[in-house]
Amino acid sequence: MGLTATGLSVSRAGRVLVDGVDARFASGRITAILGPNGAGKSTLLKALAGLLPASAGGVSLDGQPIGAMTPRERARRIGYLPQDGTVHWNLMVRDLVALGRMPHRSPYAAPSAHDEQAVEQALDATDTTHLADRPVLTLSGGERARVLLARVLAGRPDWLLVDEPLASLDPAYQLDVLARLRAAGQAGAGVVLVLHDLSLALRTADAALLLAGGKVLAAGSADTVLTPQTIAQAYGVEVEVGRTAGGIPYVLSSERL
Amino acid sequence: MMARVPRSVKLMALGMAVIVLALLSLVIGKVWVPASGWFGDDPRWIIIPQLRAPRAVLGLLLGASLGLSGAVLQGFLRNPLADPAVLGVSATAALGAVAAILVGATGGAVVFGAAMVGAACAMALLAALSWRAEGVITFVLAGTVLASLSGALTVFLIAIAPNPYVVASVMDWLMGALTDRSWDDVARAAPAMLAGGAMLLFTAPALDALALGEDTARSLGVRPVRIRLLVIVGTGLVVGAGVAATGVVSFVGLVVPHLLRPLFGARPGALLLPSALGGAALVLAADSLVRLAPGAGEVRLGVAMAMLGAPFFLLLLWRGRGRAWG
Repeated sequence: MGLTATGLSVSRAGRVLVDGVDARFASGRITAILGPNGAGKSTLLKALAGLLPASAGGVSLDGQPIGAMTPRERARRIGYLPQDGTVHWNLMVRDLVALGRMPHRSPYAAPSAHDEQAVEQALDATDTTHLADRPVLTLSGGERARVLLARVLAGRPDWLLVDEPLASLDPAYQLDVLARLRAAGQAGAGVVLVLHDLSLALRTADAALLLAGGKVLAAGSADTVLTPQTIAQAYGVEVEVGRTAGGIPYVLSSERL
Repeated sequence: MMARVPRSVKLMALGMAVIVLALLSLVIGKVWVPASGWFGDDPRWIIIPQLRAPRAVLGLLLGASLGLSGAVLQGFLRNPLADPAVLGVSATAALGAVAAILVGATGGAVVFGAAMVGAACAMALLAALSWRAEGVITFVLAGTVLASLSGALTVFLIAIAPNPYVVASVMDWLMGALTDRSWDDVARAAPAMLAGGAMLLFTAPALDALALGEDTARSLGVRPVRIRLLVIVGTGLVVGAGVAATGVVSFVGLVVPHLLRPLFGARPGALLLPSALGGAALVLAADSLVRLAPGAGEVRLGVAMAMLGAPFFLLLLWRGRGRAWG
């Protein structure tokens, strides 16, 4: 059960980007996909979301191959938030967030009370209610990142597949967004996150999948995966892994190997 | 300020404008037919049902087609500079019609059929591409290449034309006009325009989702190949039929969505219906104005649209209203 990759490989233009990945993601937990630039993290996440075809192996959701689901059925169950944050038109924030309801509603009928409630809650959860009537291109980078997160939350999917959601956020909103994703996990959703910040990964994720060169280097609970040895192997840096006096884990890179 | 007016009220106002302009286009012309002439035995009455009414209906359909397809293509390509011409369909349709005129076709039906064959060729090529292509750049490039090739072939055909009379009638046709169109022309063009227009309206939700990029749109359940086919076939039908019935009328598809974005917002799906109405209003207004030019003839609609439209569009950009796309 859950979201499962079995022998999953993805090739693009003759290059193998994800190479024979076996992984199981569980509902109600946060799993961080980690690894250096070019390790295949975003490609793996897109393949898990059913947006890239597998060249070998495959992805299944609760035992059903993801390719056998209709796009709408898949969209209801899996929410995907890409890294780039593209918005091509100057949409109103509320309209943008309401796009998250698209898999659930008939496009030519007015949104139901349930749809509107989901949008309001998503705005509230990301602290963007006050931005609802603003055009999106007038927002700061951090505001836009939160609005885009609200869009994926508004769909209330069983699975949240989120690619580097913290990139343009200052530390306070990084913690807010992680708290929001944790709350979604506690409410039963499976959360799969691509992260670059190893300290935040240790602090937030229940499980971790460390990739290098498209292959799984280590998988398991976050603190067993993120050891100085595996980090050195994957990233080529020497690190100190420790805890603050208050018990908060951190990873500090000291030297390039 | 305008954002506070409900959308339905704005749509109704646009609809009323279309109706008023359509009625006006029945009255305006070299021969004025005032309302009093519509009753009794006024000899001018025959102009209304035989000439002006089909012209008004065709103008309305043409304007709605161009406005709608312009709004769809801007949304689909996520580019405010797109217009129906970018798919190359108008150029291939024009090539078909020119070829028919040059081999001596005089009947409207043959020219219409040849133009639709030209449009269908472009549609078939783009549809075949839509299974292979990733992203939309391929379409713009293919459309541009098609348009250049068809333009070159059109010029080549004119160059080898057997006599100057044919060349004159080709040039006359290429300039685009609603002059002297009959109910036969309406009957030929309307089915393709209505079918294509319906297809284009179905793209609205997908166009909204595409505002967040192709990956996000797919993650929301949009089927890219289906949307591409709807856009290609829908645009091909409305633009092909438009060119086939009236020649080349440019600019409407580009400018109408721009004019309406400040009024109706930038959400692409919300611009489709307003752009259809706005396009109809613009073409009806322009086609009424061209009849008022002094002298025996009329300014060609296609020429007038470009001559009036381009400076107007520049003025909009100058005043910064073009900011609407961000």
